[in-house]
Amino acid sequence: MSEQLALLPGYLNAHLQLTLLALLLGVLISVPLGVLVARVRWLEQPVLGLASVIQTVPSLALLAIMVPLLAAASMPSIGFLPAFIGLVLYSVLPILRNTVTGLGTVDPALIEAARGVGMTRGQRLVRVELPLAMPVIIAGIRTATVWTVGMATLSTPVGATSLGNYIFSGLQTRNLSAILVGCVAAAGLALALDTLVRLVAVGLERRHRGILGAALAALALLYLYTGGTAARELLQGQHARIVVGAKTFTEQYILSDIIAGQIGHETGRRTEVAQSLGSTVAIDALRAGDIDVYVDYTGTIWATLMHRDSSSTTNRSEILGAVTRFLQQRYGVFVVGALGFENAYALAMRRKQAERLGITRISDLARYAPTLSIGGDYEFFGRPEWRALRTKYGLKFAKQRSMDSSLMYQALKQGNVDVISAYSTDGRIAAMDLVVLDDDRGAIPPYDALILASARLEHRDPAVIDALKKLVDKIDGNTMRRMNFAVDGGGQSPRAVANRFLEGLWSKK
Amino acid sequence: MIQVRNLSKLFGETPAVREVSFHVGAGELLVLVGSSGSGKTTTLKMINRLVEPTSGSVSIEGQDAQSVPGHTLRRRIGYVFQKIGLFPHMTVEQNVAVPLSLRKWKPERIRARVQQVLQLVELDPALSSRYPAELSGGQQQRVGVARALSSEPKLMLLDEPFGALDPLTRDRLQQSFLEIRKRLGLTAIFVTHDMSEALVLADRIAVMNHGRLVQIGTPGELLTSPADDYVDRLLDTPRRQARAFDELAAGARR
Repeated sequence: MSEQLALLPGYLNAHLQLTLLALLLGVLISVPLGVLVARVRWLEQPVLGLASVIQTVPSLALLAIMVPLLAAASMPSIGFLPAFIGLVLYSVLPILRNTVTGLGTVDPALIEAARGVGMTRGQRLVRVELPLAMPVIIAGIRTATVWTVGMATLSTPVGATSLGNYIFSGLQTRNLSAILVGCVAAAGLALALDTLVRLVAVGLERRHRGILGAALAALALLYLYTGGTAARELLQGQHARIVVGAKTFTEQYILSDIIAGQIGHETGRRTEVAQSLGSTVAIDALRAGDIDVYVDYTGTIWATLMHRDSSSTTNRSEILGAVTRFLQQRYGVFVVGALGFENAYALAMRRKQAERLGITRISDLARYAPTLSIGGDYEFFGRPEWRALRTKYGLKFAKQRSMDSSLMYQALKQGNVDVISAYSTDGRIAAMDLVVLDDDRGAIPPYDALILASARLEHRDPAVIDALKKLVDKIDGNTMRRMNFAVDGGGQSPRAVANRFLEGLWSKK
Repeated sequence: MIQVRNLSKLFGETPAVREVSFHVGAGELLVLVGSSGSGKTTTLKMINRLVEPTSGSVSIEGQDAQSVPGHTLRRRIGYVFQKIGLFPHMTVEQNVAVPLSLRKWKPERIRARVQQVLQLVELDPALSSRYPAELSGGQQQRVGVARALSSEPKLMLLDEPFGALDPLTRDRLQQSFLEIRKRLGLTAIFVTHDMSEALVLADRIAVMNHGRLVQIGTPGELLTSPADDYVDRLLDTPRRQARAFDELAAGARR
């Protein structure tokens, strides 16, 4: 728990930056837009309609869709920007709608009185209409505040640090205290910001200068603070930082911490980990230079990027060579080297059931598949490996279910599914007494773990590349399995496990 | 002071005011009387262009009302609203100060003027930091009158200002208004549907019916020679009240 709490200031600050800046821009867009819509009546339907449509897009999808959109516009597509834009869009509707409603409910007699004393349109708006609509507008801002704080936890998968890092990594690494800290902190933050905005409303309503002043001062301080930290980060330069990417599973969290730790130790450079990226998001982000380094697997690139299957070859070194050339030529991505272990997709079953049915190979499984169910992670059933497995073995299951990879093992253990798409380095295979079925017809390519670096890193930071080269061939399959299980089964944090590994590595020299 | 010529207003196809012409001399109080829908309020609002005329013209002190922007025109003319129209988010003092701040007066000058004008309408200075919702109806309309008077206009327009008040309060406000008007030498146009009120206040009365001006004259002229049945009927009520009062008074003396 104390280890989780140590991460809190960083995550909380990033979360505050995202939400406060998004809300500020949301207000700056929505209130003037609301004024315009209240004036130009025919705009009301199209503008409010569009804002409502944006609102109906599931929040996670809205953030995720920003990544390809920004990439297409050749803007930074990973990290702060996609999350920020998604949050701003989401905050518009409640504020906009309440501005229009608030202005619409101002007594026409008062508007006539304002005209009667000689106010211009602008004076009427500023002195009479907006002050009278203010309680309704503030109610909209409160709604937007709570939504934005909550939704910002979903910005982790697009590479922006937030309190969501606790929740996403906690789910993957089955770390309940991380999830708890993340949820409590996000809820607390939502409550605190909502209270501040509410106090502004109360201060206005009761015309209590003290309450109003205190609430506004607190908000202003928060903005100064987050604005200051954001500006400082900007001045220090995002470029000065090396961004290490991690996909959405335990092994990736550990490896990203190892890489970040190694870079920091050898070069003294500042690093940042962009956690829980989607599989294809990671390679695109590396290509675009939004992240500088991450670990991917030969088989994944072979199958999903090169669209090759196991019919041509399954030879490890051949595939490694082909993948390296492909990445260098097509993506401009530099392959630093292999870490020394393979993490293949594998089919796993409960030992008891496998023995009872006499299944040791996937070709044995084919016969029983129509009576069994299979569980896979979100990607698995869409991947070429699954197509290859089905065609090579003629697999047809009674039921197939996609689920979060961290829940998959639980589902298998409890008998909800009979077969899962496991990863060969997963510590839970041994811990849960599962058997991995032999791929006797060679449907699945090898999955050597590779350190991939961006072209920028390769050309501008040779010291960093050298530091990374010291990791090549330093992690074998058993080491990786042990580290994975220390997190998944032992309840340790990825960072603690990574640090222990690095200490061992450094002390050997 | 004010010259109204052939003023008309159409709301869509419906005529609300038809070809109305009259003039008001400096320092004169003209009362526009008519039943609801007669076009009297629309006529009043066309003078300071709260409602833009469809045709016809208004000139104030020899200047065409259309020759300046509407808001500039309205800043020179005091206006008292039927629904009072005080801004609920401002104190009494702030409400009265609105026309002054629109004219960009300095704060200390505004403060002095506000106190002066609150005194003029006989409002307790202790109320100046209150909000409109904390005042009685009569107090609210005194503030409304004070706001209209604050920038020292020469011309006042009043749209049934005392219509919603109880008879005693209304009477007191009428008397204060008459006094203020005399003291300041104001020119005023006053709209009411109550002929008794018109008779009490007016230098001259203009009677409107169905958007037309049917008669204009002093209260005496109206009483002695009403132009038509409508004017006569409007005068019936005050006549009956006066007769009843006289009989009662005579009975009491006996």
